[in-house]
Amino acid sequence: MLPDLRNLGTILRVLFAVNGVVLVVAFAREQPWNVLFDEWIALTSVVEPYLLLEIAVLAMAAHRLVRLPYRIGVAVIVVVTVVVGVAIHYFFARLLPGQAGSLARQLALALAAVAALLYYFHLRIKALSPAIVEARLQALQARIRPHFLFNSINAVLSLIRSEPQRAETALEDMAELFRVLMRDNRELTPLADEVLLCRQYLDLEKLRLGDRLIVDWNVKSMPADALVPPLVLQPLLENAVYHGIEPASTPGTVSINLFLSRGEVHAILKNPIPANGRRHQNGNKMALDNVRERLALHFDAEAGLESRVTKEGYEVHIRMPYRTVMPAAAVPAAAAAARARPGQRNEGAQRSRAPMGTLEGMPQTGALRG
Amino acid sequence: MADNALRVLIVDDEAPARRRLRELLDDCADALPLSIVGEAQHGREALDLLQTAPAELVLTDIHMPDMDGIELARHLLKLAHPPVVIFTTAFHEHALQAFEVNAIDYLVKPVRVARLLSALQKVPRLKPVGAETLAHLPSAARRFLSVTERSRVVLVPIEEVVYLKAELKYITIRTREREFLLEESLTRLENEFGARFVRVHRNCLVAREHIRGFERRVGNDGDAHWEVLLNGVIETLPVSRRQQYVVRDIGRESVSGAIA
Repeated sequence: MLPDLRNLGTILRVLFAVNGVVLVVAFAREQPWNVLFDEWIALTSVVEPYLLLEIAVLAMAAHRLVRLPYRIGVAVIVVVTVVVGVAIHYFFARLLPGQAGSLARQLALALAAVAALLYYFHLRIKALSPAIVEARLQALQARIRPHFLFNSINAVLSLIRSEPQRAETALEDMAELFRVLMRDNRELTPLADEVLLCRQYLDLEKLRLGDRLIVDWNVKSMPADALVPPLVLQPLLENAVYHGIEPASTPGTVSINLFLSRGEVHAILKNPIPANGRRHQNGNKMALDNVRERLALHFDAEAGLESRVTKEGYEVHIRMPYRTVMPAAAVPAAAAAARARPGQRNEGAQRSRAPMGTLEGMPQTGALRG
Repeated sequence: MADNALRVLIVDDEAPARRRLRELLDDCADALPLSIVGEAQHGREALDLLQTAPAELVLTDIHMPDMDGIELARHLLKLAHPPVVIFTTAFHEHALQAFEVNAIDYLVKPVRVARLLSALQKVPRLKPVGAETLAHLPSAARRFLSVTERSRVVLVPIEEVVYLKAELKYITIRTREREFLLEESLTRLENEFGARFVRVHRNCLVAREHIRGFERRVGNDGDAHWEVLLNGVIETLPVSRRQQYVVRDIGRESVSGAIA
């Protein structure tokens, strides 16, 4: 599995590793301290342009590389390393004749670094897979409050005799919500699907809370096709209702603002803080940590979640990279699972846009079983 | 409706939950004569309703804005004929253990009609749960203090209380407008409301938010002591020698000629 070479986290790790090695090499030459610095500068002046150029080339090719089989991907990276190495060498040979050093040695060192880094990322991705499973398990426990489930069932019961049709819609919403809650949630999902899920969830809450809950959607400029971790917004809305609306004696507004800005998907959720309604904050922190952890697993350093108390109330701000193609390497387990289930979801760009959950639980064909 | 009908009040902040309970009570009406005296959205409304339309049973949700079910039960005890309270809750939460320990009846939502009926049938034999027991249930501090005046229960919002002063058998509640008499223990109140009040004297708790400052005064005996100055209330309260550190802690001493 290749690392996602456009990911800021990956790039930072490469930069740190290579510069670290350079520092160690400079140090290892047993020079007096005053020469050490010069030595380091000399080394970086060769290494740095090479490194940055290579990272740039690979980042540009990343979305293609991700789709290649691992071996071919590695071969491409090796070729890129050699080509960039040769180019840099001749550039320096022209700039400073006689000081460019040995091309073979530089290439050998560069390829050794590439091999070491690829091996490191290979191990890291392997090590992360159980973490994703664990995060999912944790998410399963933290997600829906039993309080919400039983209150909703009670609300539906109250509708059955007088407004059977509303009861039907409410039960359908609940079914959709729980289908998503219970499925394998390791794959990224289009933002539009998450928004639909949130609408269904808030409809159920409105059923219980009536006029006390006002929802303000600002999604006109949201990138509907952006891929986001499933249940990235719903648990936060649940928090907003539980802490911001339920304990309040006056109606309150939960606002959702989704937009695209400078290549990043932003989600800003706000809810009021009731004057007297302090509920213990453990549940809140758990949901925030859960979402934050899943964002990190999917997007590494490129995504973030911040929460703060403002004059108007409580605010959560999520920022995610704008992706429309599934990075296979970022979530290996999900990709493997998708491959193991032929006829279900296609990976990448042709990912199914069918409504959530419709493909779930489809009967397998007899041919596959036999 | 027959005279011996059980009079029931429904209290829940969620309209569907109230409607569901009403339906279930209607279902029970065949087996047991009962009448629904009304519905309330929270504790305060319930208390108002009960002053004009008394009930023998109050079915109340535990979690509600403004005043929760447990606080409501505490205030209901001040009524001339306190009703029996049965709590309802959607989730078998941790707090319910305390209910079981104290044999306090509760129903888990969604409520089954059979379970409701058996609870209703027990009501005539039940006595309201005592104030002591209710005070020990895991619950947030009360939002109101309740006092009985001319056989009516009056609620005093806790944020309006300027100070609480123990005098003989009673505690005087002082708000900006007037005074009320309360029959409770000052130490209990101090524990319940924690940081809201500060003890300035053996017999007196003052609300921090109502303290304007402190003033040094010389008494008739020639000894100097501190007095608490209050917002919106003319009288001042003496700080006892033992509680003098309060003056320093609050650190809002008013510059006063009396210091010199």
